[in-house]
Amino acid sequence: MNDARATAVLTVEGVRKAFGDTVVLDGIDFEVAPGEVVALIGPSGSGKSTLLRCLNLLEQVDDGRVLLAGDDITDPRVDVDAVRARFGVVFQQYNLFPHLSVLDNVTLALRTVHRVSRVEAERRGLELLGRIGLADHARRHPDGLSGGQQQRAAIVRALAIEPQVLLLDEITSALDPELVGEVLDLVRELAHTTTIVMATHELAFARDVATTLLFLDGGVIVERGGPEMLDAPREERTRAFLSRFRG
Amino acid sequence: MFAAAIWLLVINTPGWDAVRRSFLSPDTFVAALPRVWDGFLLNLRVLVVAAIAVAIVGTLVAVVRTLRGPVFFPLRALAAGYTDLFRGLPLIIVLYVVGFGLPGLRITEVRVPAEVWGTIALVLTYSAYVGEVIRGGIEAVHPSQMLAARSLGLSRGQALRRVVMPQAVRKMTPALMNDLVSMQKDVGLISVLGAVDAVRAAQIETARAFDFTPYVVAGLLFVLLAIPTIRLTDWYAARLRRREQSGAAL
Repeated sequence: MNDARATAVLTVEGVRKAFGDTVVLDGIDFEVAPGEVVALIGPSGSGKSTLLRCLNLLEQVDDGRVLLAGDDITDPRVDVDAVRARFGVVFQQYNLFPHLSVLDNVTLALRTVHRVSRVEAERRGLELLGRIGLADHARRHPDGLSGGQQQRAAIVRALAIEPQVLLLDEITSALDPELVGEVLDLVRELAHTTTIVMATHELAFARDVATTLLFLDGGVIVERGGPEMLDAPREERTRAFLSRFRG
Repeated sequence: MFAAAIWLLVINTPGWDAVRRSFLSPDTFVAALPRVWDGFLLNLRVLVVAAIAVAIVGTLVAVVRTLRGPVFFPLRALAAGYTDLFRGLPLIIVLYVVGFGLPGLRITEVRVPAEVWGTIALVLTYSAYVGEVIRGGIEAVHPSQMLAARSLGLSRGQALRRVVMPQAVRKMTPALMNDLVSMQKDVGLISVLGAVDAVRAAQIETARAFDFTPYVVAGLLFVLLAIPTIRLTDWYAARLRRREQSGAAL
């Protein structure tokens, strides 16, 4: 094991994924250091979501490897459930469980997967919800919350299992514009302490928060760099994408 | 109004007096009630055991049918074949085949009572129906719920039990309760195997009294048993409808 791998939380090596004849990921390589915030940007269908789903094994890669803290998680013998428990995932549509209270949503994985007692799980859950100002809503069902509150609750649910990497998949795309801010503020705060890989259309936000940006197009990483990449892209495809975005 | 008109029509038919004597005799009613009641208790026992067994077998069938991946193809095909067969077969034929065919195999030395074979036949038939209802309920829960549960590290079983099933149950309860109502009266069919249940007891009493009133007694008992379940089903369905209309998810 070389030094880079020893320090990286996540190492992605030559990942390929096709659905039938459609190649969605065509050899993806990158590394994520602890505390780093990586933003995946690119047009719809560029493979951002699929890449995230390959990371936490919701999809199986066809080729290549993904190492999580040095462990090859694409090894077929790996315990898939144990690997998934090391990632926190937040989806575009929140996907909170409608039959459970907000607090039970947050504590479900702690109680069933991590075997934490209900009392202890609820103590932790309430503390987390308190930190984002949702403690008063803990006993309510998700449908009683606004979209922004639901998405923040979903983020807390993902954090409750103390994941090594937080994966955010277009988490503001389903929100009304006036609700986007509160969710992004929460992510901005988390970015100081958490390793994050996120797919996003919020370029201004990505510039603010991300330490590394990866521009995906046609299943490959066309360009990678720091936030300055958004102002001075080197690649023609990046430039074209960014100019379309700014209208 | 309409019912009253029909009633007037019926009691003015030329044969009404004879029919009333042989179907609605108070003396026979009182005399037959204890025997028919004893038989009815057997129906109740069969119903309870069969309902529990159907819940278990039906859930298993549903879960097997929702398994994904080529590895499970033989299991899936088996479950699909089972539901096709038993949803198509009339219950009475299943009763005859199980009740008269299986004992002929002489699997056990001891004589198995007819009501046990009857219960097995009921479970076979109703598990096919209930399995399909449960499968429908599971599939009505959006796949993203399973995805969210799995991404938290829950196993497939845990995700089914803690996330998918609780939501599915709400969706399928009205249909399941209809199946229960239907089974409540179909337990009377075990009489064809010779089990002395309410229907069989009524038959015996009828032969004794030369009077069909015992059948009315048995019918009344079955209706009394069904009414609470029917009311409960209606109430629950109405409540679900109200909740859906008011926009609350659950």
